[in-house]
Amino acid sequence: MTSAALASALPAGPIIQVNGRALVLRGDDIDTDRIIPARFLKCVTFDGLGQQVFADDRIELQGAHPFDRPDHQGARLLLVNRNFGCGSSREHAPQALMRWGIRAVVGESFAEIFYGNCLALGIPCLTASHDLMLAIQAAAAADPAAEFELEVASARLRSSQPETSWQLELPAGPRQMLSTGQWDGTGQLVANGAALAATAARLPYMNNFPG
Amino acid sequence: MSAGTLYDKVWDLHRVAELPGGSTQLFIGLHLIHEVTTPQAFAGLRDLGLGVLHPERTVATVDHIVPTTSQARPFADPLAEAMLETLERNCADYGITLHGLGSGRQGIVHVIAPELGLTQPGMTVACGDSHTSTHGAFGAIAFGIGTSQVRDVLASQSLAMAKLKVRRIWVNGQLQRGVYAKDLVLHVIRSLGVKAGVGYAYEFAGPAIDALSMEERMTLCNMAIEGGARCGYVNPDATTFAYLVGRPYAPAGAAWERAVAWWQSLASGADAVFDDQVDFDATTIAPTITWGITPGQGIGVDEAVPSLEQTEPDERPIAEEAYRYMDLAPGTPIAGLAVDVCFIGSCTNGRLSDLQAAAAVAKGRQVAAGITAFVVPGSEQVAAAAEAEGLDVVFREAGFQWREPGCSMCLAMNPDRLEGRQISASSSNRNFKGRQGSATGRTLLMSPAMVAAAAVSGHVADVRLLLNP
Repeated sequence: MTSAALASALPAGPIIQVNGRALVLRGDDIDTDRIIPARFLKCVTFDGLGQQVFADDRIELQGAHPFDRPDHQGARLLLVNRNFGCGSSREHAPQALMRWGIRAVVGESFAEIFYGNCLALGIPCLTASHDLMLAIQAAAAADPAAEFELEVASARLRSSQPETSWQLELPAGPRQMLSTGQWDGTGQLVANGAALAATAARLPYMNNFPG
Repeated sequence: MSAGTLYDKVWDLHRVAELPGGSTQLFIGLHLIHEVTTPQAFAGLRDLGLGVLHPERTVATVDHIVPTTSQARPFADPLAEAMLETLERNCADYGITLHGLGSGRQGIVHVIAPELGLTQPGMTVACGDSHTSTHGAFGAIAFGIGTSQVRDVLASQSLAMAKLKVRRIWVNGQLQRGVYAKDLVLHVIRSLGVKAGVGYAYEFAGPAIDALSMEERMTLCNMAIEGGARCGYVNPDATTFAYLVGRPYAPAGAAWERAVAWWQSLASGADAVFDDQVDFDATTIAPTITWGITPGQGIGVDEAVPSLEQTEPDERPIAEEAYRYMDLAPGTPIAGLAVDVCFIGSCTNGRLSDLQAAAAVAKGRQVAAGITAFVVPGSEQVAAAAEAEGLDVVFREAGFQWREPGCSMCLAMNPDRLEGRQISASSSNRNFKGRQGSATGRTLLMSPAMVAAAAVSGHVADVRLLLNP
């Protein structure tokens, strides 16, 4: 895909569904240094990061890494385990996943900064219990060609081959932000100018500690 | 649900609005920026046609990509040069103060903001860097953010946030000689794990915390994030105020007295309610060191690499991954493990007291044959203070290199990095696979004094045996 075509396909507006094949990446505590090694942070745009996702892990596995497997190319859902995205706050990590093609992540748990970064990009992160996650990963691993449907409003994941569905968790806040398109909330923050000014006016350190 | 804690009070004071979907718009009192996580934020601002709402509340420096051998411009690395030029242009365009190279105030963002008096109790502090938790040492609510959120803070001086729960980490007793704040925080993370803090702010309190200096409190809060807690803090007290008084951006004159009164009012009260509490005893903590690939894989210097049987079932897969990656068998004593590189510096342990502790070990000794050892002061001010008391000479005479300030080999975005499978003894904060610039390089986290002990011994060594009585 050309960079222009990829850019046009980046998340925009309400995120209602994420449909497509799923990629299983097993393991706890996968940190953002592994998702995108620091040397790739030397950039002033995010454009090239899709090629570099998991660069060192992929070199180590010489083509056998999930992100290199031919049957995973074009996958849109990423299935992970616990504490995914821990460590560095670098937004380059979800940017790299997104620019590779990932549009939703399902896991047992996520590091907070990573979770917030994904939300700010319109990438839903949904959670499942340990046993449920293992079942979902097993189903996806059994048939890499299986198509999944993730519905954001109901937090329901479905597979048609075979017909199965799993109930995931997505807190009300992110659920509403994603499904209404308000995940890209800069305009909303800026619009509260009067309330921002009132807050600044009551904070002593903003006013040289008035007597 | 927590109530009456410093976290609750600061949160309430900074609430701007409740947003649709249940998150809170939170005012950000201090926004710190650096060259790595901001170029795309400024580009996003331009795309949206927005300006910077409070340029006087954003402060910039350059730290991640700067070389530590020569900081002459242009840098040898054109990408590093382009990043700094972009930061310089963005700061000039929007009227943001940049503490640049040679200004006397440049350094690691989490070192310079405290030393300039920018970080103060009761503030909300945000920065596109996970170690922003450092600033919690002052009784601020400080946390790392991503680049989209940097754009949001620039545009609105606020963020959409969800409130955290508050866990009190109560530490009795006193740290023993040769045991430092780094050992304490590695011990806490080892005990609670790297995921336990997710969803929590950590309040560090108790007799052992009261006795810590501000620099030690910064080391402690810095690594809250390694335990999963996005922010950690210590209630402000006389130690905090004594550190702040007279610093360039601290309130002065009549405002100082009013500031202290306000800061004191923010501390968690005797009747504060916490969501959770965990108790520790500082007296029993040994110099602590990581053997694996997460900051939670730590042991005392007198212990051995744990076996699978000694590891919680949930943690066994990553322990097995760590045995392979580190090439360490279960049961191997950590003391005596040979190292190749010794790094003293970083936002965790690059301050004057860290260098003093390491120099006390290095003084009169020699770096062992075959070891590369270097010291990277956390800031230009730290470097000047250290040189004023001759620490640079102590280190050089002992065979350490004395470098220019920056993040350096903590994350190896500059030329300082491990080669191949080298093992480093490092005073930094992360031992992730590949963290120090080689995809197969290995990191042992420890205190600066323990790094110095490793450097002069040629292997991991108990610093308590090297300290003068």
